[in-house]
Amino acid sequence: MIQDFIQYDFIRNAAIVGIMIGFLAPLLGVFIVVRRQALIADALSHITLAGIAASLLLSKQFIMFKTLNPVYIGMAFSVTGSILIEKLRIEYKHFQELAIPIILSIGIGLSVVFISLANGFNTDLFNYLFGSIIAVGVSDVWMVFIVLIVVVIAIFLFYKELFLLSFDEEQAHVSGIRSRFIHFLFMILVALVIAASMRIVGILLVSALITLPVAASIRIATGFKQAILYSIGFGEMSVIGGLIVSYYFDLAPGGTIVLIAALILVSVIIWKKNRYIFRNGKHKEGNV
Amino acid sequence: MNTPIVSVKDVSFRYNDRKVLEHINFDVPEGSFLALLGPNGSGKSTLIKLTLGLLPMQDGEINLFGHARKNFKQWSKVGYISQKANSFNSGFPATVFEVVSMGLFGKVGMFRFLKRHHKERVHEAIETVGLKAYTHHNIGELSGGQQQRAFIARSLVSDPELLILDEPTVGVDASSVQDFYELLKRLKVENGITLILVTHDVGPVTNLVTHVACLNKQLHFHGYTTDYQRLDNDNLSSFYGHAVHMVDHQH
Repeated sequence: MIQDFIQYDFIRNAAIVGIMIGFLAPLLGVFIVVRRQALIADALSHITLAGIAASLLLSKQFIMFKTLNPVYIGMAFSVTGSILIEKLRIEYKHFQELAIPIILSIGIGLSVVFISLANGFNTDLFNYLFGSIIAVGVSDVWMVFIVLIVVVIAIFLFYKELFLLSFDEEQAHVSGIRSRFIHFLFMILVALVIAASMRIVGILLVSALITLPVAASIRIATGFKQAILYSIGFGEMSVIGGLIVSYYFDLAPGGTIVLIAALILVSVIIWKKNRYIFRNGKHKEGNV
Repeated sequence: MNTPIVSVKDVSFRYNDRKVLEHINFDVPEGSFLALLGPNGSGKSTLIKLTLGLLPMQDGEINLFGHARKNFKQWSKVGYISQKANSFNSGFPATVFEVVSMGLFGKVGMFRFLKRHHKERVHEAIETVGLKAYTHHNIGELSGGQQQRAFIARSLVSDPELLILDEPTVGVDASSVQDFYELLKRLKVENGITLILVTHDVGPVTNLVTHVACLNKQLHFHGYTTDYQRLDNDNLSSFYGHAVHMVDHQH
C-alpha cells in the first residue's frame, strides 16, 4: 500500500482527505452530540444529496456545469438547509426536533425529483451515496483543506461560547453571549463539514462518522477537552483503518469506515462494563 | 441612599391571555438577602427570568445596578443558579473545573482565553464550595448536592455582586441543603453579596434573610423578615389561598 500511496495520486488524495475528515467530523460531532442534535447530520446530509443530484442534473443539461465539482452545489444546499433548520427551530420553539424530519424529507424529496428528471444517473451518484476512493480528486483535497482551516479557526475562536451554549443555554444568555449568532455559525460549519465528508464516506454514512466516535468517547472521557481528543482519535482510527481495509478487499470505503467506528464503539462499551466488573466485583452504575 | 441593586417598577406579565404578574413593585437594597416566596405558579420564576433578560419585558421596568435592563451590560456582576441546574444533562462530559470556568466566559469576552489568574480564580471558587477533591471529576459523577455546589462555584467565580437562586435546593438531600445554606450565610457575611432566593419554604432560611417578598401574581407582602414573622396565619392564608403555618427554625 505504501508503494501505491506514492505511485497513485487518487490513493494519496483519498488518504489526505480521509485524515482531514476523520479529524473534522468527530470534532464537530462532540458539540452536536452533547446538544442532543445527533440527527441534524442526517438532515443535512440528505439535503446535500439534493444539491449533488441538482448538480449532476445540470451537468447533463448544460456543458458549463460538466466541470463543476458537484460538492459545491451540495455545499450550497447544505448551508441553506442549516439556515432553514435554525429558522424552523425558532419558529417551532416547543418542538425544536421537528426541524430535522422536515429538512430531511425535503432533501429526499428534492433528490428523488432531480434524479427522475435526469432519467436516473450513472455510478456517479452511487459514489456519493456510499463513498468512493477513486472519486477523490485534487480539487477535493483543496476544498476539504479550506473547510478544515475555516472550521479549526472558528472552533478555536469560539470554543468558550460553543462549550457554554452546549452545556447550558440559559446560562449562556445570562453571561451575555450572543447565542443566536454562535448557533448559526456552528450550523454553517456543520453543513460545510458534511458536504466535504461525503466524497469519502458518502452521504448516507456521514452522520455515522460524526456520531459514532463521539458515542464511544463520551463513555470514557473525563471532561470536554478529553471527549474531543478521544473522538478525534477514534475518528482517525476509523478512517485510516477503513481506507486500508477497503483498499485491500476492494470495498466501498464509507461502509468499512463506519463498521470500524461501530467496532470501536462496541469495544469501548464492553471494556467499560468489564472494567467495572473487574474492579468492583459487580456491576455498578456510573451516575447516581 | 444607595441605588438599589434591583429595582422592579410596576411590572406586569402575561403568557398569552394568562396574567402571571400584576403591577409588581419592590427594591432590593445592596447587601440584603431577599426571600421571594410564593406557591407554585405564582410568577416567581417569571419575575426572575424577566430580571435576567431571559423573557422580554411587557409592562413596567426593571433596573439592575441603576441601569435599565435592556441597556445593562455588566452581566458578570450577576450570578444565577436556575432550577434547571438540578436537571441538566448529567451525561455531559465536563469536569467540575470546566463547568466552573464557564462562569468566567462572559467576563473574559469573545476571542479571549482564560489566563493563569482566571484559572487560579476557578480553583479558589471550587475550594470555597468544598469540592477541591472533585476538581477533575465529571460533573455527572457528583451527587445532587455536590452538583449544586459546583453551580454555585460557577456563579461565584466571576465575583458577582448579586446572586439569584431559583429554588436551588429542589432535589437535593436534606444534609446538603443545610450545608448549602451555611454556604449562603458565609457568602453574605464574608463577601457582602446581595442575594435573592426564590423558594416556597422560607423556614430553613428565616434567620438568614433580611427581607421577604410574597408573590402570588401580585405582591402581597414586602418588607423586613421580622415584620413578616409578625404576620398572623390569616394573612398568610389569604396569600397562599389555604391554611399555612409559620415554622420558625431557631438554631
